[in-house]
Amino acid sequence: MTVRRLPLSLRLGLVLVALLLGVALLSLVWTPFPADKVRVVARLRPPGAGHWLGTDHFGRDVLSMIMVGARNSLSIAAAAVGLGLLFGVPLGLAAAALGRWGDEILARLGDLVFAFPAVLSAILLTAVLGAGAVNVVLALGLFNAAVLARVTRGAALAVWRREFVRAALALGRGPLSVTRVHVLPNVAGVVVVQATVLFAVAIVNEAALSYLGLGIQPPSPSWGKMLGDAQTHLFNAPLQAVFPGAAIALSVLGLTLLGDGLRDWLDPRQRGESGLL
Amino acid sequence: MLAFLLRRLLTLLLTAWLATVAVFAVLEAVPGDPALVMLGVNAQPDTLAALRAQMGLDRPLAERYLRWTGGLLRGDLGVSLTYARPVADLVAERLVVTLPLALLSLALSTAAAIPLGLLAAARRGRGGDWAVLGFTQLGVAMPSFWIAILLILLFSVTLGWFPAGGFPGWEAGAGPALKALLLPAVALAVPEAAILARVTRTAILDTLGEDHVRTARAKGVGRTAVLLRHALPNALLPVATVLGLQLSFLVAGAVVVENVFTLPGLGRLLYQAIGQRDLIVVQGVVVLLAVFVVVVNALVDIACAAVDPRPRAEG
Repeated sequence: MTVRRLPLSLRLGLVLVALLLGVALLSLVWTPFPADKVRVVARLRPPGAGHWLGTDHFGRDVLSMIMVGARNSLSIAAAAVGLGLLFGVPLGLAAAALGRWGDEILARLGDLVFAFPAVLSAILLTAVLGAGAVNVVLALGLFNAAVLARVTRGAALAVWRREFVRAALALGRGPLSVTRVHVLPNVAGVVVVQATVLFAVAIVNEAALSYLGLGIQPPSPSWGKMLGDAQTHLFNAPLQAVFPGAAIALSVLGLTLLGDGLRDWLDPRQRGESGLL
Repeated sequence: MLAFLLRRLLTLLLTAWLATVAVFAVLEAVPGDPALVMLGVNAQPDTLAALRAQMGLDRPLAERYLRWTGGLLRGDLGVSLTYARPVADLVAERLVVTLPLALLSLALSTAAAIPLGLLAAARRGRGGDWAVLGFTQLGVAMPSFWIAILLILLFSVTLGWFPAGGFPGWEAGAGPALKALLLPAVALAVPEAAILARVTRTAILDTLGEDHVRTARAKGVGRTAVLLRHALPNALLPVATVLGLQLSFLVAGAVVVENVFTLPGLGRLLYQAIGQRDLIVVQGVVVLLAVFVVVVNALVDIACAAVDPRPRAEG
């Protein structure tokens, strides 16, 4: 028996995502300092022995804030992707099973959601309902549901055309049973890959909204808000604008590598098509 | 082609109409009285009543929607509460910043991405390919607003070559205006260029495997000539498709990046309107941006179908 070697992108992605998860989980039990501890006398300290990544304009420890920020960012992205999976996958499966009309309705709904880039719909929602994590999750979740419904539908249609599905139908299985037993397991890989990519997109969008002050609200730390605060102190503490951004970039890099690697691993014919590693 | 065109136009109109319904419905969902939300709890009763009348809140929902969409069709987006001016005028003023910013960013990303994609495809599996792929991975991972802050840090704070924000206006001359737009455009262009370079590389590699390219090679046409004369023109269709679709991401990116550089564009207008609870401006700008995205998507589809009949035939 031969064991398929994991693509380099998948291995790198796994390492980075494990690191991100590890930091987020560690922040539940330990951070170097309490992330919300204000010490004005220690404001804007450069990185050093006491504070490894320095302090912000309130004297809060930047490393601790980044650790808690990882947890917040992951929680919001996970909720937004979870919401997308919850609604998008059944919608996509139903559209493929229902045929022409289901398809048409889903396509129009998709067009409508895609008319509002995720950040724009989040801005609209926060304008109406107020800023906050829940509204960000709702807006990003809606966008994710539309993307996942489209991807699921495409993959499910291909499965519906395969012979084993026709055989199951000929044997008297109903559409619901065929969807559950045959279609869902065969589209799961594609959905997982897409969900990984959407997770990365959700992290970026959450950071952008928090940068604008529309996402996670203070005193809860957020990478986007940290960047917004750091921008006003670029002259005194330039490094404060580097660390939170690097945390976002490394997380997104890890997740996109993981998504690309998973796609290559699940479907070796596509290896290199994503153009990566 | 005519049937496809009509079908696509019908879809465009349907989606644009649904977008207006969605924006209207979301703003109708404001908890409580929208006029009170906009003016605050300390508003005078007569001011409140005047705003209610201006917004048509004393009329039935369907009538309000019809009046609003009727206004949209005439280019009337309502009157801003904060600026006491027609929203359409505010949008027109801000477009002279946002539109050049988006076009400059598209031009920069295309100018960088196509040569990079070409280089990566020509050097597949070698150093140049790896370097381009590394750039595309990093470019996609770095959010444009972080790139914007890093550019300010390097070119404004450290080197002092560019302004850290603000816009002098076109009346100050094209030079200073373009100088103010260059860093924001680069910040927006980097992630777009990364995606576009990946698409270009894949499209060229796909084309290189096609029969007409192999025939050209067999007839002795040089590798560079094959790449430039045969592979690149055929690879431009998927590149153009992605380029069109990126416009919608550019819209979202511009909202954030304009705020990083305090550029008085549409994104900044929208952001400030949220802070000021000016829902009439929010409504007008969001519906305009959504319709813009819908129209661009339709134009991309039609342009692709005009060049390549296959998707048209598949419906």
